[in-house]
Amino acid sequence: MSSGEKYLWAAYLVLFAAVLLYVVLIALKVGRLERELADLARVARERAEGLNG
Amino acid sequence: MSTSLRNNGAALLSLVAAALLVAGLTLAIFWAPEDADQGISQKIFYVHVPVALTAYAAFFWAAWKALRLLWKGGERYDLESYTAVHMGVIFGVLTLITGSIWARISWGHWWVWSERQLTLFLILFLFYSAYFMLRYSTDPGPRRSRTSAVYALFGVALIPVSFMAIRLAEGLIHPVVFKRDGPDMDGSMFLTFCVCLAGMIALAGGLYLLELSGKRADASLRELRRRLA
Repeated sequence: MSSGEKYLWAAYLVLFAAVLLYVVLIALKVGRLERELADLARVARERAEGLNG
Repeated sequence: MSTSLRNNGAALLSLVAAALLVAGLTLAIFWAPEDADQGISQKIFYVHVPVALTAYAAFFWAAWKALRLLWKGGERYDLESYTAVHMGVIFGVLTLITGSIWARISWGHWWVWSERQLTLFLILFLFYSAYFMLRYSTDPGPRRSRTSAVYALFGVALIPVSFMAIRLAEGLIHPVVFKRDGPDMDGSMFLTFCVCLAGMIALAGGLYLLELSGKRADASLRELRRRLA
């Protein structure tokens, strides 16, 4: 592989890695939102049960 | 736009982006001819230029949303402008990295300070990076929204300067491809470039809608938590 080809693949790889990193970050964010939502649902459920006696 | 429409839009745009980028890069590698001067390394053009133009488009979109916020009001424009700046900065980083790789192979240096096009793009990128510092140095609310909007609008003035710098510069080494009488390249090269550009814009659009959904969900959860506390 010539040095030109190496640099070309490096540039394409940067784009691919950036998209991949973004997908990982979004997945982490969705996981955090799910946990927070579950936490809030639990709080709301406990409140409703408390109100119903 | 409703949440489900936005999520469907993000999914559709991501699929379109994946198809166009795979097609574009396949055309770039196997179909588009090699440049007579630069050889195979010129094919970085099909990534670098679409990424740079997408960064400009994201900053324009941020300014448009900022203008609507200042004109009509509405909290949603603040979040939309902020998300667009976020996208622009991500594509700005990619522009700088792919540009540096191209510069290394073409000019023998990772960066050339005497090139106005490069320096102006770096200034534009740093300007928009500072947007986050400004935004997070003030408390959330209408004041923060307005200051952020004014900042995003100021930044967009730098784009034509950055774009025109290459044409105004003397003794430049950065190539000029798009001239007044049309693109200075082979038809197959131009078609490949258009496919890559469309793919990159679709990718940015998909990521923008996804990021916007995430930020809105975050804000709703914060509001819910505050009410339940």
